[in-house]
Amino acid sequence: MALIELIDISKSFDGELVLDEFNLKIEENEFITLLGPSGCGKTTTLRILGGFETPDTGRVMFQGEDITNLAPNKRQLNTVFQKYALFPHMNIAENIAFGLKISGKSKDYINDKIKYALKLVNLTGYEKRSVDSLSGGQQQRIAIARAIVNEPRVLLLDEPLGALDLKLRQEMQYELIRLKNELGITFLYVTHDQEEALTMSDKVVVMNQGYIQQMGTPEEIYNEPENAFVADFIGDSNIIDGIMLEDRVVKICGAVFPCIDEGFGRNKPVDVVIRPEDIIIGKPGQGIMDGVVTSNVFIGVHYEMCIQAGGFEWLAQNTTSYPVGTRVSIGVTPENIQIMHKPQSEDEEAISLDD
Amino acid sequence: MTNSGKNRNLKRIFSGPFLAFILCGTLVPMGVIAYYGLTDRSGAFTLSNIVAIATRSHAQALGLSLGLALISTIICLLLAFPLGLILKDSKLGRKGFMVFVFILPMWMNFLLRTMAWQVLLERNGIINLALKALGLPLLDIINTPAAVVLGMVYDYLPFMVLPIYNAMIKIDNSLIEAAYDLGAGKTAVLRKVILPLSVPGIVSGITMVFVPSLTTFAISTMLGGGKVNLIGNIIEQEFTVSSNWNLGAGLSLVMMVFIIISMALIEKFDREGEASVI
Repeated sequence: MALIELIDISKSFDGELVLDEFNLKIEENEFITLLGPSGCGKTTTLRILGGFETPDTGRVMFQGEDITNLAPNKRQLNTVFQKYALFPHMNIAENIAFGLKISGKSKDYINDKIKYALKLVNLTGYEKRSVDSLSGGQQQRIAIARAIVNEPRVLLLDEPLGALDLKLRQEMQYELIRLKNELGITFLYVTHDQEEALTMSDKVVVMNQGYIQQMGTPEEIYNEPENAFVADFIGDSNIIDGIMLEDRVVKICGAVFPCIDEGFGRNKPVDVVIRPEDIIIGKPGQGIMDGVVTSNVFIGVHYEMCIQAGGFEWLAQNTTSYPVGTRVSIGVTPENIQIMHKPQSEDEEAISLDD
Repeated sequence: MTNSGKNRNLKRIFSGPFLAFILCGTLVPMGVIAYYGLTDRSGAFTLSNIVAIATRSHAQALGLSLGLALISTIICLLLAFPLGLILKDSKLGRKGFMVFVFILPMWMNFLLRTMAWQVLLERNGIINLALKALGLPLLDIINTPAAVVLGMVYDYLPFMVLPIYNAMIKIDNSLIEAAYDLGAGKTAVLRKVILPLSVPGIVSGITMVFVPSLTTFAISTMLGGGKVNLIGNIIEQEFTVSSNWNLGAGLSLVMMVFIIISMALIEKFDREGEASVI
């Protein structure tokens, strides 16, 4: 049995549908991430789980028990809020002790727990500090400490790293993975940052417009996006109209590419996804089609170039720089071509294209 | 550097009128009051105007003033705190309206409003006429301390509501949600989160109600009918009826000390409160 089950959850605010017949199962001891653009319903899902919103229809099950209408303070889960929400009138120890005092734990137990939690988040000795005196990253750790001392079955995290700078964010990502492994509890993480989602999660749920677009391991989401929205949202990608000529052969921009996908039928229009780092740049005539480099930007490890070829501007990444105006060839190995069905209905298309 | 220096000079120039006003309108008159308070009619130094507070009638007036001011402040606080809670949780449109309703009386001169109560509370006033028509017992509180307290509460309640409301709407909703999330029930959220975070508003509210209540003479004159003698009335009479400016100034100085002491007490209570609430 899944630990948490959301069944046919619908929720609208001011007539605007945020979640539509949403279904999700969350297993025990899983790091699951809800990923999507703002307004996709991910935060609403989290708030429904936390008990801060009531769904219009549908049920929230916790270990097989219906908790849809249970008050937030009666649920066996704790939330780490986006803006930390530490109590400014209490010091660090008092903040961490808040939940334990409410549940009437003994003083010794509380003190032990505070010590343990501070050690867990690498802030030993911060008991007497005030909230203001802590940096954003430290406050975030305290918010996590305050939540986990209550030994929740599930920790809900609402974009907890959003306000931190890049370096700190990356550090905290590893910290969170470590915490999750040490505590052995379920983490439900909400973010719009695809890198965060891919780095930390066991399972990523890509959401848009209140629907789940795709659910899977980070590798599955990245390598085999199921539709154009997922491909576009997760990393950079070239999404091109193609025609599946037959099994293992796709025609893109007038050129024929060998691929490994089968079962799409003959002469069927499809969406083709090719990651920029998978485009092989060579001398003219050596690849599948020829083109001209139209822009070139150094972005750190590699150069990001646009190559005009066959009427499409291809985004390519390479460690070798090809100056603007250079004639080059491009090619892709068959297994790096990801073929996707075209959206069947207009509704589906709207979901895919809208961002 | 030079630019910011210029800016600072400019700011200094613009603060000039205010500083001049503070000097002429507050500091100089305070000096004059201190001078009158510490001298007798001939201009010789004396403490008799200060010590005069210990005379029976003065001490009684001071005690009554402190008592009534305290009662008014407590009533205002008891009314304003729940109101703040209601205003905080109400929807935005209604919020604006509710605040408006409570600020509205402040647009009218408070003497007029107090006078209105005089008319309402009179033995044959509107309230009693209505009660009589309904066959209910008459309300006989005009010219009693109760009427004065009523006037004080009515006049000063907005000064308690506003700072408390301001403090409460500044409380981030996520703090309240966090408290619920950590297992707190409604009472615990109120006691451990909302109340302590409202303390700054409560303290300024208390200050803004207690001080004018302690020193008022207009309310007690109009609603006390000369039977409720507050320290403010005595000082006023020394200045007007008795033309004894020295005694009036001396008693004013004593009042000032009392106000400073009360403020210090509130401040102290505030700090301790903040610590003990946790």
